[in-house]
Amino acid sequence: MSKKVSREAYEKTRSFRFRQWFDGTKDPFLDTMEMKPQEEFCESKKLIHEQELQHRKIIEKSYDVEHNAQVRLFQKFYNIFSVIFCLCLLFILLMGVSYLPQYGHMENPVNNEVSARYIEKGLQETGAVNIVTGMILDYRAFDTLGESHVLFIATCTVLILLRVDKKKYQETAEHNDRIYEPKNDVILQTAARVLVPAIEIFGIYVILGGHLGPGGGFSGGAVCGAGLILYLNAFGFAKTEHFFTGKTYKCMCFGALACYSFAKTYSFYTGANHIESGIPLGTPGAILSSGLILVLDICVGLVVAGTMYTFYVMFRKGGY
Amino acid sequence: MEIFLNILLGFLVVCALAVSVSKNLLNSILVYMSFSLVMSVIWILLESPDLAITEAAVGAGVTSILFIITLKKIHAIVKEKDEEERNE
Repeated sequence: MSKKVSREAYEKTRSFRFRQWFDGTKDPFLDTMEMKPQEEFCESKKLIHEQELQHRKIIEKSYDVEHNAQVRLFQKFYNIFSVIFCLCLLFILLMGVSYLPQYGHMENPVNNEVSARYIEKGLQETGAVNIVTGMILDYRAFDTLGESHVLFIATCTVLILLRVDKKKYQETAEHNDRIYEPKNDVILQTAARVLVPAIEIFGIYVILGGHLGPGGGFSGGAVCGAGLILYLNAFGFAKTEHFFTGKTYKCMCFGALACYSFAKTYSFYTGANHIESGIPLGTPGAILSSGLILVLDICVGLVVAGTMYTFYVMFRKGGY
Repeated sequence: MEIFLNILLGFLVVCALAVSVSKNLLNSILVYMSFSLVMSVIWILLESPDLAITEAAVGAGVTSILFIITLKKIHAIVKEKDEEERNE
């Protein structure tokens, strides 16, 4: 038979306290321990001064080369070791050179049938008058694909290393050259007005005429990128932002690389293994000839021009 | 033509030595620039104009500009800055 206990009596029992502890409604340390809120941490001026003194002393001691035996030892070791390292590298490289095939020997890989075939059948098979372009964008197009991707990866690395987060940093003169821009240098602007269109047109000519004469995607793209950099220097970021931003670069680079990959895989699946590629080679010497070489040239040119410009912008300002 | 090529090659050697010996970083960059320019002329003489265009654009143009910006960013071009401040 249970007995009804009054509230006050129940509050004194052990089960009630256990229940309170279990529910967490009562702090077990309340009234048993002294509690006070933590003080905010602040260094006294004396402490700071002492620390500074100590720091200065350490710096003085460690950079005092004349009386520091360890530093002297390290420098001596460094000098000797650098000389030894250079000599070792020299030795290894010369060893490598000595294993190269003899110059002008008949059995050398230079004189095998591949190069003869490139020269004899290059025009017929690739349709490019410029044998070099025919080689790097047709026979060895996968090499060039890898090179374009290397450029893209280099840009990604520069972006990771040099990009300035706009939210984190206040726009100071240190982080942003834009405050001083445009400098309105009359000589530079006049020269740029005359030169930039000529440079850009020359670059486009070099890209488009890659299969007809000297040039190609890489050199033309580099010329175009140099022209863009000159324009940026003369007229400032405000003007270049109208047509070239980070988004433009992203679209351009991705589009060019994807186009290159698709075009080249197409010719790989259809043109290799003696299957007809189906793309007409055209008459050698015409601008619309030699199959996919013109398209690939334009793709490589776009990637290279964008890469050059992005490098410059990242080094200069850390953002578009 | 052979003599001309030899003169240019000698210039290359002098440039390469000057870059490593020079104490001023800006000077070494300018010498490096001229090295690339001479190199592009040599490429033309060796009948490879493709490489000449690339060398002139990349070696003499973009790379040197990137070097100069880097020097400016790390405040290695001290003299010029002092002069600018004096003018202001």
